Amino acid sequence: MKKVIITGLLIAAATSSLFAQKYMTRTGRINFDVTAPSSPEKVAAVNNEVASIMDAKSGDIVFQVLIKSFKFERELMKEHFNENYMESDKYPKSEFKGTVANISAINFSRDGAYKVKVSGKLTIHGITNDVSVPGTLSVKGNTVSAKAVFPVVLKDYKIDIPSLVADKLNKQATITLDCDLTQK
Amino acid sequence: MRKIFLLFILSCCFASASFAQADSLMNMLNDVPAKNEATTATFKATRIIDGSSVENLASGVLDFRIDHRFGDINDVKNFFGIDNATTKLALDYGVTKWLMVGLGHGVFNKEDDGFVKIKLLKQKKTGMPVTVSYVGAMSVQTTPAPSLPAGDTWLFTNRLYYTNQILIARKFSDALSLQLMPTIVHYNLVDSSKFSNNTIAIGIGGRVKVSKRIAITGEYYFRVTNADMLYNGQPTYNSLSVGIDIETGGHVFQLMLTNSQGITERTFIGQTTDSWAKGDIHLGFNISRVFTIVKPKEFRENKGSW
Repeated sequence: MKKVIITGLLIAAATSSLFAQKYMTRTGRINFDVTAPSSPEKVAAVNNEVASIMDAKSGDIVFQVLIKSFKFERELMKEHFNENYMESDKYPKSEFKGTVANISAINFSRDGAYKVKVSGKLTIHGITNDVSVPGTLSVKGNTVSAKAVFPVVLKDYKIDIPSLVADKLNKQATITLDCDLTQK
Repeated sequence: MRKIFLLFILSCCFASASFAQADSLMNMLNDVPAKNEATTATFKATRIIDGSSVENLASGVLDFRIDHRFGDINDVKNFFGIDNATTKLALDYGVTKWLMVGLGHGVFNKEDDGFVKIKLLKQKKTGMPVTVSYVGAMSVQTTPAPSLPAGDTWLFTNRLYYTNQILIARKFSDALSLQLMPTIVHYNLVDSSKFSNNTIAIGIGGRVKVSKRIAITGEYYFRVTNADMLYNGQPTYNSLSVGIDIETGGHVFQLMLTNSQGITERTFIGQTTDSWAKGDIHLGFNISRVFTIVKPKEFRENKGSW
């Protein structure tokens, strides 16, 4: 009997992750603004193809964006962004793997907004750094909206700014994330 | 003891499950097959040096170009040719992703020109190995008509020239791109009836990137027919140019040495009367400044939102 219980527990443990509630999107939105205060033109882009999955039980959450899917107002800026700054042929994706610290505080069966802290590993331009970002998770029906605004220091990801455009580009980018994840 | 052992195994299971989870979530995202994207930035500019590259302007983008060719570098009296500069001003526009048009006026031969460039095939990561474009160009020489015997008229059609070109390019790596340009230039008027009105040429061009923002370029047009054509009574030579592309924010700056002072296809392919061997080389530069006229649709609405 005891063995049966233990076996049952083991199986439960091993499979719990498979049956946990997951939320997902492939059409999340992320934008960045890296315009220097002195710049005459805006250096910003938007990406509407952010993919993300969150496990509502464990709080694990991942984000992934294709660098080439960032859209710019100016085509030449997009080319320079891909060719010279992000080297998107070499590093096609940026991703984040992390955990929502206080996931147990969120009641996914009731509508409401929660302040959360998400920590994990952010990979941009082939460089991975530990980051911790405050954000909000809003539950509405079977959708969870994840929102966050956070800075990324370009130097931390070995993205060089040539002196020629130093007056146009800020040393850090402001990232705004807005993803509606729906229950899978 | 056994209980502790089991507990240990249990906790291991939980721990490993949650540890591996972020990765397995990421794997779920990666289920989608990667897009077979078209190659971008085979060349930095829409011209390799004198002639066209397979690059098109994006739709809604206007390119204001200032092209300069100085006189012969061995012309010491004219400050190494710098006193004999010719300029071409041009406006190019990207109508769609695959169609680009342009108008220009050049001091050399007082020439007005127009062209269309159409992207026919795109190099892809897998599958299509090359990008192929068509260029059709026409130019009008607007120099004053020569004095003719009474009764003769100088036809307007005498001033017209046509160019048809296929551009076949491949970006072999980030650093190396090469392009072949089979070309026919039709001259409505040639120096003598013993020359054909059509010159067939094969161009070869390329670029080698030496840093993220600097590339060395080269371009050579070999005339398959009509290589012995005279222009204004002078022998003509195949056009050879070497240059440097320097990319700044919104500009591409191209510096070159070339034996062609003309900048349109008909002048540099068939009417280059200077030769490298004699030292009749021209220093020159192209400046390109792009302006976004029609914004991509993502940026037309909600302008104030971010």
